[in-house]
Parts: sequence; C-alpha cells; structure tokens
Amino acid sequence: MMAEHLPILQVVLPLAVAPLIVLARDRGFAWVATTVVSYGCLAIAIALAVQVAASGTISYAIGSWPAPWGIEYRVDALSVFVLVLVSLTASLVAPYAQRSIAAEVADDRAYLMYAMYCLCLAGLLGITITGDAFNLFVFLEISSLSTYVLIALGRNRKALVAAYQYMLMGTVGATFYVIGVGLLYLMTGTLNLADMAARLREVDELRPVLAALAFITVGIGLKLALFPLHQWLPNAYAYAPSMATAFIAATATKVSVYVVLRYYFMVFDPAQLFAHLPTREVFIALSVAGMLVASLVALFESDVKRLFAYSSVAQIGYITLGIGLDNQASLTGSITHLLNHGVTKGAIFVLLGGVALRYGTQSMSVANLAGLARRMPLTAFGLVIAGLSLIGIPGTAGFVSKWYLIMGALEQGLWWVVGVILAASLIAAAYVWRVVEVAYLCPARGEWRGGEAPIGMLTAALAMVILCVYFGFDTTFSVGGAREAADLLLRAQK
Amino acid sequence: MSAFAGHYAYWITIFLMVAGMYILIARGNLLKKLIGLALLQTSVYLLYIAPAKLIGGSAPIIAGGFSTYSNPLPHVLILTAIVVGVATLALGLALVVRIRETYGSIEEDEILALDSADDG
Repeated sequence: MMAEHLPILQVVLPLAVAPLIVLARDRGFAWVATTVVSYGCLAIAIALAVQVAASGTISYAIGSWPAPWGIEYRVDALSVFVLVLVSLTASLVAPYAQRSIAAEVADDRAYLMYAMYCLCLAGLLGITITGDAFNLFVFLEISSLSTYVLIALGRNRKALVAAYQYMLMGTVGATFYVIGVGLLYLMTGTLNLADMAARLREVDELRPVLAALAFITVGIGLKLALFPLHQWLPNAYAYAPSMATAFIAATATKVSVYVVLRYYFMVFDPAQLFAHLPTREVFIALSVAGMLVASLVALFESDVKRLFAYSSVAQIGYITLGIGLDNQASLTGSITHLLNHGVTKGAIFVLLGGVALRYGTQSMSVANLAGLARRMPLTAFGLVIAGLSLIGIPGTAGFVSKWYLIMGALEQGLWWVVGVILAASLIAAAYVWRVVEVAYLCPARGEWRGGEAPIGMLTAALAMVILCVYFGFDTTFSVGGAREAADLLLRAQK
Repeated sequence: MSAFAGHYAYWITIFLMVAGMYILIARGNLLKKLIGLALLQTSVYLLYIAPAKLIGGSAPIIAGGFSTYSNPLPHVLILTAIVVGVATLALGLALVVRIRETYGSIEEDEILALDSADDG
C-alpha cells in the first residue's frame, strides 16, 4: 500500500516538514526534523532503486489522473540514480549542519535555515522525479529560491551580493527554460515529457523546436554553470554558510545536468540534435574550455573556497564533455561523475566548514591553512584523500569516471580530448598541491581556537571521504547504475 | 491580415523580452535590474496566453449555444508562473533592502568598489 506511493512521498515529505519547522520556531526541533527527513528521503530513494532494478520504470499518476492529462512522476534508472545522490548528500550534510549552523548563523534565524534546506531538498528531488515539463519548472524555482536564501544567510556581507547576482542569473535561466517549454507546448499541445517526445517526432515545422532547444539549453546551462555561464558560482559557493556550500556544490548543478540529459536524449529527437546540428561540437568545445580555463583560474585563486568553486566549474566541464562525446562509455563516465564529484566536492566543503569553525575566519585564504596538518590532522588527511579523488588518482572515485570519459573519447577517435582531460587533471594536481603544501609543510601561524573539528562534523566529512575511496574500488552501484542509465538514454535515442 | 500584423502578440512579447533583458544587463541600479527581470518574466505570460485565446472563444464549460472554447491549460500554468514571479520579486526586493542596510548603496559599481576596498 505504502510502496506504491513512494514516488510522491519522496517529494512531499521534505516539502511538508519545511512549514512545520517554521511554525515550531525551534532550532533543536528543526535540526532533528531535518535529519529525520533527510534519512527518510534516502530510505525512499533506495527503496525506489530496488523497485526499479526489480521491475523497471515506475510511473505514478498524481491524483490518479492518468498521463498525459495529469502530472506523472516517473522513476527510471537515470532519475533513481540522481535521487540517491541528492538524498545521500542531504543525509550526510544534515547531521553536520547542527554545529556548523550554530557557529555561522544567528540563533533567531537558524530554524529558517533548516526550513530552506528542506525546501531545497524537496525542489531538487522534485526536478528529478517529475515527468512533466511545467512541474519541473515549479520545482526548479522552489529549489532555486531556497538556494538564494541559503546563500544570503552567509556571515560575510558579500554573501548578499552573491545571492542577488545568482538570483538574477538563476531567474533568467528559469525564465528561458519556461520560454522553451512554452514553445514546445505550442508545437505539441502536451506537457508530459514522454508524450512530448513522441509528438515532437511528428512535427514538421522545426524552427520553433530549435528555438525551444536553444532557450532550454541556455537556461539550464545557466543553472548548471556550463562555461561561460558560470559567473554566479564562485561567489555563491565562497560566501554561503559552510553546510549550504557543501549541499549545493554536491547536488544543485548535478540535478541541472540531469535535466539536460533528459531533454537531450529523451525529449528532443537525438537524430536531429546530433546529426544535423553541431551539438556535439558545441558541448565538447565549451566543456574543454571550461576544464582548462576554470582549472587555471583555480590555480591562481587565493581564497580556498573560491579555489574549489572554480574547480567545480572545471569538473562540470568533465560531466558535459561526456554528453558531447555521446557514446555509451562517455555517458557512463558522465553519470558516474555526477555521483563521484558530488561526494568528492561535498567532502571538501564539509571539511573546509570544520576548518572555518576552528579558525574563526571570515575569508579563508590558502595561506591561512598553514600548519593545518599539525592542528587538525584528520581534517588535513581527509582533504588530501578528497583532493586525490579530484585529481583522479587510481584507487579513488575520480579516477573511475575519468577512465570512462577517456574510453569514450578514444572510441570517438578524439585523441586531443584525451590530452585535454589529462592536462586538466595535471592542473588539478597543481592546485590541490598548493593546499596540501601549505597544510603540511608550512609552520602553523594565525588565529586558531584549538582542537579537531567537532565530532558530528568530522563524522559526516569522513563518511564522504570514505565514499570517495569506496567508489574507487567497488563500482557496483556507481558505474553499474550509471551504465544502466546510459543504456536507457541510448535506447531512447534509437 | 499580413503575417507581420497578424502576429502582433508575438512582436509585443519579443519586445518586452528584449527590453527586460536590456534593462537587466545595462542598468547598474539593483532596483532597476529587478524591474528588468519582472518585465522579462511578464513577457512569458503573454507568450503562453496569446496563443491560447481564440477570438470568440468562451470559457471551457459545456453549455448550449457555445461551440468554440479557449484552451484553459495555459491560463492555469501562467497563474502558477505569476505566483513564482511574485515570490522571486519579493525575495529580490528583500535582498536589495538587506544590501542597502549593510552597504548603504544599491548601485552596483559602488558596491563593487566597497568590496574591493575590503579586500585591499
């Protein structure tokens, strides 16, 4: 009885708890409720994954209105992978949030932060699970609006400007998306994505469809920080409260990538996209440019959080590169990298949150980390492991996804792309080394409040670091799930 | 009617869209940027509503004497989009108020100058 309603519970649970938290106005209750909801979502996501693995795609008609008239929730191999990623990150970050929020956000506003966190979670899960184009827009705005608030709650006043700029660019992105959906609706008369895909293949007049493609690509490109539409990202990540950065960096851009995958392979006619348009070339060019330019900027960035934010832009380049290469190996690499980069970057920002707490600094420059290894040995060690995963050293998660991307590039005969992947990884090694060198080889100096990061924060961080290594060895879930998702996309392409 | 004049609703939509984008990019005042953003969002309402309206069409309720009906779905969608637009605008204005409180200015160049003074 419950089992058949899991798809709707996945979204309704966090959505319903957010107003409860606001009504209760209590920080302790807010934290407990958020943690319970996050783990509840993870349990539902895993249950859905088991169901999908056993019996294939699940279609859930809301209010029993059958698709294409009613709103359909659709859980398939791809969406369930993203659902697990989002709820896994949420349930690792939620226990960590207690100390982090207590230290960084004023007491009277802390409960609002938890409410926003639940709303953001509901929005991201909703984007992933819905099979309706307009419903997707509504969830996109729910997650975006709550993200702007999360960022604006940062201590530094620059957080306000960062949130404002992200709000402008994010809203333009969402508006472009809705323009694209409007054009598609005009051409097909349906909003159900699966139904739309079938009808788009019968449309003769292609120009509005191409305009819709352009609007949706640029709109979602803004949300996923596709180079050169990434201008909002570095400041937003750098000045947001630590737990917000960790959660957003691991999930928000990944969910947008999922939207691109869904539209490109399962809605638009891929034969047109990849055969008659330079889609492949555009994606490869932008990804390669993003990987190299953003990595180089990260190399010379003095603020640690901004350094890793630029590194995120570069890593998103790897993910979109897999879309551009468009074959089974590269798509597997892309989708695996959603998860692998999610846990890696999540781990890094969670660890940096602990450092910010103990160092009590507003802005953390790389030089401030001097002597970190002596002061907080576990944190420093975690940063090294996560850094190795970021570079893609064998035995870490990052290596696995890059391996598949390189295989994909070789399959297309694009040797120079392999060169770029290796070059960008070398630059990553250089900027990770900057952090490690300062942390391990420089004598300690500057203000420090003593001690390792609090145990609650450290547990979450180390769990993510362990996942970085675990997904480097056991790839049953990561690559296995990603390969099934890639197969699904390529089947839809036929 | 010619193809140009017959599609006047689309021309107005495009004009509003481009005007909104222009204000958003060209103006340095945070409040004016929000006005541009609101204009851009409003243009989308027209993009959805205009094609859904049939001349002489009535509300889609089956009754004697009516045979043409307007499509209700776009209207409902835009009702949702208006709510989203209001929420975005409210949040944007709240952020501008907070920026004014902490920086004492809502001009983009002055804020950036204050920020770089902080760093320097």
